[in-house]
Amino acid sequence: MPLTDSLRDDILASVPSLRAFAISLSGNGDRADDLVQETLLRALANIDSFQPGSNLPAWLFTILRNLFRSDYRKRRREVEDADGNYAKTLKTQPAQNAHLEFEEFRAALEKLPQDQREALILVGASGFSYEDAAAICGCAVGTIKSRVNRARSKLSALLYVDGAEDFGPDETVRAVIGGSGG
Amino acid sequence: MKDLKSPPGKPGKPGGLNAEIQSRIGHQLRAMYDDVVRQGVPDRFAELIRKLDVPEPTPQVGGAGDPEDGRE
Repeated sequence: MPLTDSLRDDILASVPSLRAFAISLSGNGDRADDLVQETLLRALANIDSFQPGSNLPAWLFTILRNLFRSDYRKRRREVEDADGNYAKTLKTQPAQNAHLEFEEFRAALEKLPQDQREALILVGASGFSYEDAAAICGCAVGTIKSRVNRARSKLSALLYVDGAEDFGPDETVRAVIGGSGG
Repeated sequence: MKDLKSPPGKPGKPGGLNAEIQSRIGHQLRAMYDDVVRQGVPDRFAELIRKLDVPEPTPQVGGAGDPEDGRE
């Protein structure tokens, strides 16, 4: 469809969550904003292929995720230092208790395999349904569910070692969904 | 909707800690995410989208990319 004013507004409205997704994926603010910019350019260049009435955020997230994936593959060899880069950003924050906990959480999130991390973020933070998340990641709904489960078990193992053993998959899923209200 | 008492059937299950951990993880995940969301739209992106809305008078080769109005 053509780039109408309302479509443009909708795209703009998606930018904050696109950035949040990009930062969660890449762990690096600068790179995340480059990803978002690239995503917007792609989206606008291919706006004709967007189906009116379909899920615009999901469409945009798909573009961003695919860009990140191909970018990641390309850079993988050169940028082994990405962790250090992110750690540097963190050092600029005041080391309050809340911040420490926050940083620990981010560090743990970074340790998850990419598949699991993106599934957890899409479902647990971006608020996509399992179906949308599956479409964005190009996999089956069941795959997303199990990735979210594993992500949560692993996070709790990393952050709260004691409780990790007792994790039941069903409860894990429910907690993710239930947390978003109703 | 009505009875918010403890769910029947699993009284002895050590789910208390898990539920707490899970909700803490969910909370932190959203806190981290919303922290960025709350930053809104940086000017650079607002500008980018605005700019692309009004095609700039860049010289185009041929008539294919004609930005004139009035076409569907």
